[in-house]
Amino acid sequence: MLEAILRSRREEQEILLMTHIVIGYPSFDDSLRVVEAMVEAGVDVMELQIPFSEPIADGPVILHANQQSLAAGSSVDLCFEFGEAVSRRFDIPFLLMTYYNILFKHGIDAFAQRMADAGLAGAIVPDLPPEEADEYLAAMQKRDLAPIFIFSPNTSDARMGEIARVAKGLVYCVARKGVTGADTTFSEDLDAYLARCRAATDLPLALGFGVKDRADVDHLRGRVDLAVIGTQTIRVMDEQGVDGVKPFIEGLRGPA
Amino acid sequence: MRERGYYGDFGGSFIPEILVATFDELVDAFAEAKADPAFWREYETLMSSYSCRPTPLTYAENLTEHFGGGRIFIKREDLNHTGAHKANNVMGQGLIVKRMGKQRVIAETGAGQHGVAAATMAAKFGFDCTIYMGEVDVQRQRPNVFWMEQLGAEVVPVSSGTRILKDAINEAFRDWVTNMDTTHYVLGTACGPHPFPEMVTWFQSIIGSEARRQVLEQTGQLPARVYACVGGGSNAMGIFSGFLDDPVELVGVEAGGRGLETGEHASRLASDDASVGIAQGYKTYFLQDGDGQMKETHSIAAGLDYVGVSPILADLREAGRVRFAAATDEEVVEALRLTIRKEGLIPALESSHGFVQAFKEAPTLSRDDVIVINQSGRGDKDIFTVADAIGDPKWKQFIREKAEEYDA
Repeated sequence: MLEAILRSRREEQEILLMTHIVIGYPSFDDSLRVVEAMVEAGVDVMELQIPFSEPIADGPVILHANQQSLAAGSSVDLCFEFGEAVSRRFDIPFLLMTYYNILFKHGIDAFAQRMADAGLAGAIVPDLPPEEADEYLAAMQKRDLAPIFIFSPNTSDARMGEIARVAKGLVYCVARKGVTGADTTFSEDLDAYLARCRAATDLPLALGFGVKDRADVDHLRGRVDLAVIGTQTIRVMDEQGVDGVKPFIEGLRGPA
Repeated sequence: MRERGYYGDFGGSFIPEILVATFDELVDAFAEAKADPAFWREYETLMSSYSCRPTPLTYAENLTEHFGGGRIFIKREDLNHTGAHKANNVMGQGLIVKRMGKQRVIAETGAGQHGVAAATMAAKFGFDCTIYMGEVDVQRQRPNVFWMEQLGAEVVPVSSGTRILKDAINEAFRDWVTNMDTTHYVLGTACGPHPFPEMVTWFQSIIGSEARRQVLEQTGQLPARVYACVGGGSNAMGIFSGFLDDPVELVGVEAGGRGLETGEHASRLASDDASVGIAQGYKTYFLQDGDGQMKETHSIAAGLDYVGVSPILADLREAGRVRFAAATDEEVVEALRLTIRKEGLIPALESSHGFVQAFKEAPTLSRDDVIVINQSGRGDKDIFTVADAIGDPKWKQFIREKAEEYDA
């Protein structure tokens, strides 16, 4: 389902945009306004992060947003309500991003059911390798939800093949080592890496970690299907407020 | 991913994709070292020449008389170089780092003992070293911070989350996912993703194999019970390893903090407050809320206030092989004072948790019984905390005068 939507959008756009927010940061009202601004600015798919107290794959900006959201009283229930509200209201696919303990504590099958009930399209769980994912895969498949997995530059070709066998919707290619939010130098190494990713799967490829401006997005045209803007939109919001989000996103792909 | 590493239902390897290759490399390096008899010999030689292995098993005659029950023996891990059992693990991992050809080590630390041990190992082996330590722990363990820095390590105070051990572990992982090509993460306890629980336990098992031999030599019998404090669980796994196949009752003592009923504690296995979860790369009992968010923990001992616990210990509890108890902050200070007075030994606040439970049970045993307490570390590092707990007026006066001296 997600894959079909992305493919059809891809026919109209050379590169799709996927953005990321931490639900409830800085508040649920602001999160809603950010989603609204992003959809208006033409974002194609969004990751909604349910905050977790131990987000080990995230850098300082998203870590801070996780903590602030939790401190302000965010909960899994409220995040599902939010996810349902935005997916009913806006006509783009929404994905959940969170860490595995949130699913595990909730009950994996029940979590997937709530995702389906809320109209969400898939999930990214960065600390869940496919080896540990049998129950999750079954729960997602039962409801036609996309379990999105990750390739990294040091993932072997053989392992990429194994991951591709269970991945649905898209594959998230991490551009480099490190956590979210640090700068990435897009180099020839990246091309070689993306060629390996492309060879491993026919699914749409999304590239994230360090994509921050129009030059980065331009560089990715023709190389991947989606550019993922994660930390940078949170920075923009922190610095310019919610009103800064729409022009920032529009500037990533629109007329210069 | 080569191996997943389960102990019953616990353990596993829940790591971001970027670290899978690094863990595969570590699993291989550990397997090769374990299969190579020369490696363990090299390790024992290092520990006997650089640290104080074998550490003695001390008969605590006065405490035995005092309680009038079972004969109390104390395994003296405090006599390791750097003052705690942590040396066993870091020196072992240091040898593995040398085999892997990496040049930099990073570590988390709570009480600072693991950080000091890791910084010491790095100095000896010529590695660069960065230590992550929660801001709260930096405050309460300043002497250890001082020594880590003198040893050439960079100490990074961690201001995220609850600013204690678990947050330091998260920061160390964030460093590792960036620098894994040059860097090994020397995890300090028998937790985390596979192979850490097994690898740390293997190095710490030197405690148990010595203790078993020593207690047989000195008493001609196996102990009735063995006591150890449990933070992450490395010293407990170390000494328990020696007795797992024997008819010996193994007792792990967790931080009861201000009392289990107050909720301000770090008892994962001795209380009903923890539940099974997956965080920091592995599956075990965590102190967490219904959504799976980790809770704040409390202990007078910085080395014990951790939200998770070794998956191997979680499995041993489910199997009924290890019994768990909790000791409150107050009981810990009391047991520490008694041990100092009666035996001239100064256990760390962490280790003193094991003493509390042993003291509760010793009177119920007979003189024919032997019990062993693992004194995992020495307590002089805790001088500020202990002096506050005891409320020693002369110490306060000294600190005031010292401060004035700096102000002058």
